[in-house]
Parts: sequence; C-alpha cells; structure tokens
Amino acid sequence: MSQNSAEHDFPVVDLQQLVKQLSSILADDSILYQEEDIRPYECDGLSAYQQLPLVVALPDTIEQVQKILQLCNKINLPVVARGAGTGLSGGALPYEKGLLLSLGKFNKVIEINQQLQTATVQPGVRNLAISEAVSHLGLYYAPDPSSQIACSIGGNVAENSGGVHSLKYGLTVHNIQQLKIVTIDGELITLGGTGLDSPGYDLLALMTGSEGMLGIIVEVTVKLLPKPKYVQTLLAAFDDVVNAGQAVANIISAGIIPAGLEMMDKLAIQAAEDFVHAGYPLDAEAILICELDGIEDEVTEQVAAIHTILKQSSAIEVRIAKDEQERIVFWKGRKNAFPAVGRLSPDYYCMDGTIPRKRLPQVLQAMEDLSKTYNLAVANVFHAGDGNLHPLILYDASKGQLEKAEELGGKILELCIEVGGTITGEHGVGMEKLNQMCVQFKAAELSQFHALKAAFDPKGLLNPGKAIPTLHRCAELGAMHVHDGKLPHPELERF
Amino acid sequence: MKDKNISDQLQNSVEQAIQTKTKLIIKAGGSKDFYGRTAIGKELNISEHQGIISYEPSELFITVRAGTLLKDIESVLAENNQMLAFEPPAFGDKATIGGTIACNLSGPRRAYSGAARDFVLGTKIINGQAEVLSFGGEVMKNVAGYDVSRLITGAMGTLGVLLEVSLKVVPKPETEITLVHQLNIDEALLKMHQWSTQSIPITASCYHQNQLTIRLSGTEKYINTLQHLIGGEVLTDADSFWHSVKEQSHHFFDSKKPLWRLSVASNSEITSQNDDTFYEWGGALRWIKTNTSQNETPHPLNGHISLFRSPTKINDTFQPLPKHLLQIHRNLKQAFDPHGIFNIGRMYQQF
Ligand SMILES: Cc1cc2nc3c(=O)[nH]c(=O)nc-3n(C[C@H](O)[C@H](O)[C@H](O)COP(=O)(O)OP(=O)(O)OC[C@H]3O[C@@H](n4cnc5c(N)ncnc54)[C@H](O)[C@@H]3O)c2cc1C
Repeated sequence: MSQNSAEHDFPVVDLQQLVKQLSSILADDSILYQEEDIRPYECDGLSAYQQLPLVVALPDTIEQVQKILQLCNKINLPVVARGAGTGLSGGALPYEKGLLLSLGKFNKVIEINQQLQTATVQPGVRNLAISEAVSHLGLYYAPDPSSQIACSIGGNVAENSGGVHSLKYGLTVHNIQQLKIVTIDGELITLGGTGLDSPGYDLLALMTGSEGMLGIIVEVTVKLLPKPKYVQTLLAAFDDVVNAGQAVANIISAGIIPAGLEMMDKLAIQAAEDFVHAGYPLDAEAILICELDGIEDEVTEQVAAIHTILKQSSAIEVRIAKDEQERIVFWKGRKNAFPAVGRLSPDYYCMDGTIPRKRLPQVLQAMEDLSKTYNLAVANVFHAGDGNLHPLILYDASKGQLEKAEELGGKILELCIEVGGTITGEHGVGMEKLNQMCVQFKAAELSQFHALKAAFDPKGLLNPGKAIPTLHRCAELGAMHVHDGKLPHPELERF
Repeated sequence: MKDKNISDQLQNSVEQAIQTKTKLIIKAGGSKDFYGRTAIGKELNISEHQGIISYEPSELFITVRAGTLLKDIESVLAENNQMLAFEPPAFGDKATIGGTIACNLSGPRRAYSGAARDFVLGTKIINGQAEVLSFGGEVMKNVAGYDVSRLITGAMGTLGVLLEVSLKVVPKPETEITLVHQLNIDEALLKMHQWSTQSIPITASCYHQNQLTIRLSGTEKYINTLQHLIGGEVLTDADSFWHSVKEQSHHFFDSKKPLWRLSVASNSEITSQNDDTFYEWGGALRWIKTNTSQNETPHPLNGHISLFRSPTKINDTFQPLPKHLLQIHRNLKQAFDPHGIFNIGRMYQQF
C-alpha cells in the first residue's frame, strides 16, 4: 500500500527523548511504544492497510491534548487522531514516524440538557452510548451508522457519518450544534454554539467530515430528538432490480420521505438469509426495506400509500411487519449484511460510492459486468433512499486477490463519478480513495483543498498524506491511466 | 426566467481585477445591501447569470445559476409540489439564490427543518485566483474532500463568487394549520419546549405581545387530531402572517430604531421589554428594537448578537470573533482569496 507521502519530509525524532517529553504531560501507562502495546493500533476497520506508529499517546484531559499538540508542533512530529478505529478508509492508519493520538479515554457524557434537547459528550463516547444515556428522557441521537455500538462520536464527526435513517434525519453535520477543537498549535477553540447559528464562517460544518486533518475534536454537543412514537416497516421483493430502483423513485416522487429505505441484491439476500434466517424471499432479485416513523395515524396512512406504490412498481411480494418482533426480523438481515457476506468469502472489501438514484439500474448492470471481467463476486447492500451504494467485493487475500479487488473497487468508484455521483458517501477518503480523488477533482480544486488545510495546519502535521492526494500523485496516476489518449490532468507536468 | 451563462465573463472580470489590483463587490439583486457591513471596491454584478441547470423532483435536488431569482425557483418547485425547506426570506423581489446562500438566511421553518446550509449539496465558484472550482455535487451523501460548499454558505461572498448552487428540496406538507395562544413569555417558552419533546410537528413559531403563534404541518387527518390536542385559536390568514414574519413586514419591524438579532439557546433568560422584542424559532431567535449602541448592548452569554438593520451603518455589525478564531478566518480568506479582492470588509473589517 503506497503512502501519499511524496511531499512530506518530517525530521526523524528520537523515541527515547520523545517519551521523556511526553512523560511530563502524561502518566507512563498512557504512553505506549513497545511493539506489543502499539500493535492494536496498527490499522482501523480497513485492515488491508497496516502501519505501526512511533508512539501512541492516550490523554484524558483537554489540557493534555493541548500540550501534546504543542509538543508535536514544536518538534514537527506528525499526529494521527484515532477514535474507536472502526473507520473503513484507513483514516486512522498511523503515520510511520508519528504519534497516534487515541481519544479512547475521553468517554464521558458531560451534560444532558433535556430542555434544549442536547447532549455534550467527550469525543470517545460511542455513538449508541449517547442514545442509551438519554433514552430514559424519551430522546435519542438520530445518526445511526451500522457500527454504532463501537464507533466514537469524534470519529462520526470526523467522517460525517450517516446511517440507515439519514434519509429523513440527515447526517452528522445536521445533528451537531457545537464542537470544541484543539488546533495544531494547542489552542482550544469553540465552533458553533448554543444558538442555532454562530458568527463568522461555518467552521462547524467544515470540521465535520474533515478526517482529522484540521484539528482534534475534544468535545461534541449533539442535538437529540424525541423517539418516534410509532414505527412501521415494509419489505418488498422484486424479480428485477430495475423495478426495485424505480420503486424507490416512485416513493420519493409521491412526496413521502421514509425514515429509511434500504435495498439488497440477490447475493446479499442469500448471504443474509443463510446467516440470520430473516425469512427473506430467496427467489427475489432485490428487496427493499422501507421504514416509516412518526405518529400512528400519519404512519398508517403512509404505509397504505407506499403499499400501493410498491404494488404498482411491480413488486412480486409486499410484507408489512405485523409486530415489533417481525420488524426486527426484517432489519436483522440488513444489519448483519456485512458479516453475512463475510461468511461467503475469506475477505471482502466494502465500497461506498453515491449515485443519483435514477442511475441505479445502469450502475448495477455495469457492476455486474465488472464483476464478471474481474471474476470476483460483488454483493450489493445500499442506502437506496439516498443513492449510497455499498458494493461488497468478495476476494481471497491468501490467493493474492487483494490487488484485483482494489482495482475492481477503483473501477466501481470511477463509475459512480461518471454517472454524476461521488466516490464516498460516508466512509471518507482516508488512505484508500486517494487515487479516485484525482479523478473526481481537478488539480485546481485539489490545490484549493491543500490551501484550506494549510489555513489550519501550515506544516501539514495532522494526519499527513490522507484525504487529499498530492498533485504529484495524481500526475503519476494520470500517466498510468490514459483514457482515449486523454490524460486526466493535462495541465500538470509529468514526473 | 432567463437562461444565460455568463461564467466566462465573470471569470474574465476576476482575472482583470487580480491584474489591476481592484477590489470587487459581488452583487446581484441588492436585496441584502442593508445586511452586514459595506464592502469596498468596484461592483461585479452576477444578476444576468440565471437559469435552472437541472431539476429532478424525484431526486430531490435542484441546480441553479447563482443569479436566478429566488421567487422563480420557488414557483418552479411549487409546480412540482416541492419547496426549499429553509423558507428563505427574500427581502425584495430581486433576491437571488446566490445572495440567499451567501448570507445563509433562513426563515420561520429554520428551527424545525434546518438552515440554508443544511440543504446545500454542492457549489461551483470562482476563487480569488480566477479559477472555476466545483465542490460537493447533486447527491445527498458526499464526503469527498472538505465541505467547501457549506463553508462558502454564509461567507457573504468573501471567499469567492458563487456561480452555481445545488440544493436539496423537499415535498410540501399536505396541510398546514396555524394556531394562536394568549400567554405570557415564560409560559410560551415552556409550552414550546414541552411540544418539542413530544414530536409535535411544529414548523414555525413566533411570540409577540402575549401571542404565541405556531404552525403545524402534516397529513390532514393528523393535523385535525393535533389541533384538538394543542388547542388555540385558528389563524385564518396564516400564509400572509408567516410571510410578514419571514419578510419582516410584520408591524413589529416597522420602526426607525436599529434592529438587533440575538441567536441564543432557546431557554435563555428574558432580558428585554415585551413590546420591543419579537421571538422566533421556539425562543432561539430574538429580535430587539433599541436605540442603544453596540457597546451598550450586552453580548448574550448563550449565543451571539448582530445588528441586523440600522438607519446608520456602524463598524461592527456582527459580534467580534475571538482572537484565534479570527486568525483562522483570515487564514481561510488568504487560502481562497490570496489577492484580497472579494467583498473586503463586507462581513468583518479585518477581511
Ligand atoms: C461494520 C461496520 C459498519 C459501518 N457502518 C457505517 C455506516 O453505516 N455509516 C457510516 O457512516 N460509517 C460506517 N462505518 C464506518 C465507521 O464506523 C465510521 O466512519 C465511524 O464514524 C468511525 O468512527 P471511529 O471512532 O471508529 O473513528 P476512527 O476509525 O478511529 O477514525 C476515523 C477518522 O476520524 C479521525 N478522528 C477520530 N477521532 C477524532 C477526533 N476526536 N478528532 C479528530 N479526528 C478524529 C481519524 O483520524 C480518522 O481519520 C462502519 C464501519 C464498520 C466496521
């Protein structure tokens, strides 16, 4: 796995001296540097990328974070932030000669404000733990990534994570109100506020999804919602994915925004069925799971409307969950789709492109063709409502198929760009999608991103080499991928 | 609606401004001239840059040129039973979508659906090096690269010239009803907090002179049920009432006194006299008419203050930024507009 480090040239730091400097800030057991201690930090959820850091620091106060960053800034030591390490794009992958800053000890809920419906928490608090902490008040935190039992709210902010209910309730950026961040020079800054807006630029939004490149998030105030009073779920089967895609468009055109609208293709249905026995129709080419929530009267009306739409969109079968138990069963297959697919093959690689919904049939067809060309199976699970695909490429690393899987993944992402979509809907660019960034953005846009980063981090010490590729890398890549005799970045000098 | 693309012309103007070291004031309909500070330089008018580039009701987005009139966009959406969920105030017939996004102004629905920035999916801009750049896109979920589109939203043209904006649009609610309650302010705030924890689908609220007015949206049957649950008198002329709140043509705003805008935590202490205060957003937005100057108007502890309208322009319209935050703003300005040509001083004196 090649690093994106062409332009970085950080001085070599003496480990012993560094440990000594850190021990004036942290207790000894919060500084890890022995191989067996730092091994658990070598990768995030994308385990194909592995790298040991020089040292791991585990602060538990904001002041310690400030001092660590001041030190790193002084001695030019790269810093990679890490939440729970569930990221799927290598965002928290350590930097070889750098410090890995784990926010794992920041795991406290600081304040719950029932009246304002907000919770202020430390960044290492798990996503689901927030909803659990406010459940007795009838409230919850809406964004629900499938990894919510494990992932941290700091990581969610850094990735702008979404979930199966983002269609109605939005992404992380729509559900946070205030952040406290520490900049690379150790300053503590508040972004957003207790009101609904704040003076100056919208740095709250800018920080969301910035992948640990602009600052360290040390406190998050999230908005809470009242738990929906009534939830109803439908499951529809189709003998043609095109019809399933059309059904999604028909529901949205009818003016109904479901809480969740998820699709699975045949391979994913079969894998899920073998794993959790959710009773999915095995003869279907695709299924849709559609959830509505709100007040009983309204939901009942919408369910009836959607039932009709699904039938009109040629669904071969429509089921309405008759009770909470059946509703959970409907979801069980979807929520376990990744591990279920994982059982089909020694390894799988999860992609994350987004496309305009209407391109779904075309993209599914093209993916099937690619899957044949590369001779690797692809199972599809996606947030159909907002066009966010999660193709799962099945491969066997022990047979040397990783490279082939990555190449196929890259092709799928380029396909997403081609149809007017994007290479990442919620997992971030990290280390993984740097090459596709060269396709999605022009050189001038990438330069603008680099300039923006420098506004926060002039020395490039925060998460170096991630999220935004160097122009050098794109030029080299361009030289390798000449399409129809046209170079992707003709304006750049070839190296 | 006109369909005209003047990007090349605008790009040339920016190039020339760089060469001749001329500062530019980006302007379209001029409907928000009253808002913020006055920039210095030569006018760069984008009003001609108009038209809908793509609109797909079933994909829930619209992409438009920045000079397109807000009212034109709203009527095209209405034909498809859709709307802009942030209910932007226009402050005049000539308001364009570019100005609306640049100011991030949102109306009564804001507290319940989100602000302009929440619905921005993508932008195309000219930066301070005369480069045409695109960020974000037309899909709902997109985390490739930094969220420049939301950074630009509300930056009042200080970071670049907006050429195009893609916005998420939403279906119009089936029915709406507006109810009026006679309450004192403490009771009114309490009620609003209670309702908001009960999933009551409030989509607008305001309070003035002992009247709490709320709007509910949803299906017809549901709204009927709710009306009985919540009580209050039905306001018959509701659309024009909310229009008057949004556009500030309500009699409260008919005044020569400076108008201050306080954006605060909705449960913040009540600090001013009833007749001179108008509440929106469940208490999170408070308009205050007062002749006191900036120095005498206390900065709220739980939010921020700005001078929204004033017969005379003053130096600091927006609440000053803390030192380190100001430095980041300057750095960002430098990153987007290294020659310092766009809307200098429009937002803050320092950039
Ligand atoms: C099985 C599975 C299912 C998943 N499902 C979803 C899903 O449905 N939706 C979705 O959006 N994602 C999903 N993910 C991806 C992942 O869980 C999210 O990206 C999550 O937000 C990462 O959180 P984390 O705490 O694990 O962050 P990490 O992996 O530790 O870090 C992620 C990035 O954030 C940065 N970072 C972390 N904490 C901070 C901080 N405090 N300050 C600054 N930067 C920080 C890191 O440097 C890194 O770049 C899934 C992952 C798995 C393994």
